[in-house]
Amino acid sequence: MATTEEIRNELAEIVNEVTGIPAADVQLEKSFTDDLDVDSLSMVEVVVAAEEKFSVRIPDDQVKNLKTVGDAVNYIEKAQAA
Amino acid sequence: MSESKDITWTMPTPSPHAAILGLGTERGKRIVPNSEVIEAIDSSDEWIQQRSGIKERRWVGPGETLESMSLAASEKAIAASGIEAAQIDAVIVATCTHTMQTPALATKLAHLLGTQSPVAFDISAACSGFCHALGLANDMVRAGTARHVLVVGAELLSEMTSRTDRSTAFIFGDGAGAVVVGPSQTPGIGPVVWGSDGEQYDAIRQSVDWRDVLASDVPEMPFIQMDGGTVFRWASFEMAKVAQATLDRTGITVDDLDLFVPHQANMRIIDAMARAMKLPEHVRIARDVAEQGNTSAASVPLALGRMYEEGTARSGDLALLIAFGAGLSYAAQVVRVP
Repeated sequence: MATTEEIRNELAEIVNEVTGIPAADVQLEKSFTDDLDVDSLSMVEVVVAAEEKFSVRIPDDQVKNLKTVGDAVNYIEKAQAA
Repeated sequence: MSESKDITWTMPTPSPHAAILGLGTERGKRIVPNSEVIEAIDSSDEWIQQRSGIKERRWVGPGETLESMSLAASEKAIAASGIEAAQIDAVIVATCTHTMQTPALATKLAHLLGTQSPVAFDISAACSGFCHALGLANDMVRAGTARHVLVVGAELLSEMTSRTDRSTAFIFGDGAGAVVVGPSQTPGIGPVVWGSDGEQYDAIRQSVDWRDVLASDVPEMPFIQMDGGTVFRWASFEMAKVAQATLDRTGITVDDLDLFVPHQANMRIIDAMARAMKLPEHVRIARDVAEQGNTSAASVPLALGRMYEEGTARSGDLALLIAFGAGLSYAAQVVRVP
């Protein structure tokens, strides 16, 4: 099972690939929209890439609840454990 | 049970292949920059460009109609194909903005073009309509049930756009594109890969049913609505898989392609699809949406038309066409450009 830090790291790489934001900026407390300036369409791309990477399913109606990087990491951890 | 008689049925003579013989386009004459649509949605030029890649769109000017744009595009396509209108024996119009429910636009268009009693009908497959109609035309010519098929994608979407709906007010445009499909000794149109996902039937939709429009105190023209995130996800990623399946079915790879001409829904979808498909750099990608907006069924031929005009498409190029939209529905095929 991947650790929280490992998931954050890989998610940060995905955010970097999709948006160009430096991976180091993608910290748990950061808000995708307010701090990282990830818009809703980029967020969809991040989610789809994360689904593939972590072998989880993140439905559209859940995406709006993933406000911070921590929310997303948390969701992925729980989905992997399920 | 009666004994079946041994009879010989006369069937049409098939053609080994079909090809696109000529292309014609007509854009709405009025150029509408982002500055004209931002106030009603409290937005900015930058926001629209970032979300969609659209800088301006074409809307109809005075006197222009769905019919006039269809006619102009068709006349150019027939001229480019080197045949006479009288040789057209089938006309298929793909549109979702013909406001007369019956008759079909295709019969009047056929009449105005001076054709001679062709089979003529409209199809309703929204943004994916052109590639559906092209798939039908290919099969008709190959089966021998028609020899020269005029395929038209035409939309007048500015009339069915809410000026205040933040997710669609800046998206749509007006125009028409047409091709003539005829018999060929060599492959010109590959096998169509088409389908639908009715589970998401309401992801893109007309805002209200006509019955409810009539029942309303202040009747207003319905408009096209969509769930942006849902559509973006489906279009970018599921359609990249359909694009790959189309190449597989045709027996080629992305390396064999010269052009990628997807439905011009949104530049972000085009970019995401291209990334997901891992298109090599030599493949030239249609980006007509920036100056034309999303013209639904007209977008694929309009986008190919611009590539011709700009010199990025040349006769003989191998192009992957893919169109997708309300239904949700999709259709894709590889074609040799005329």
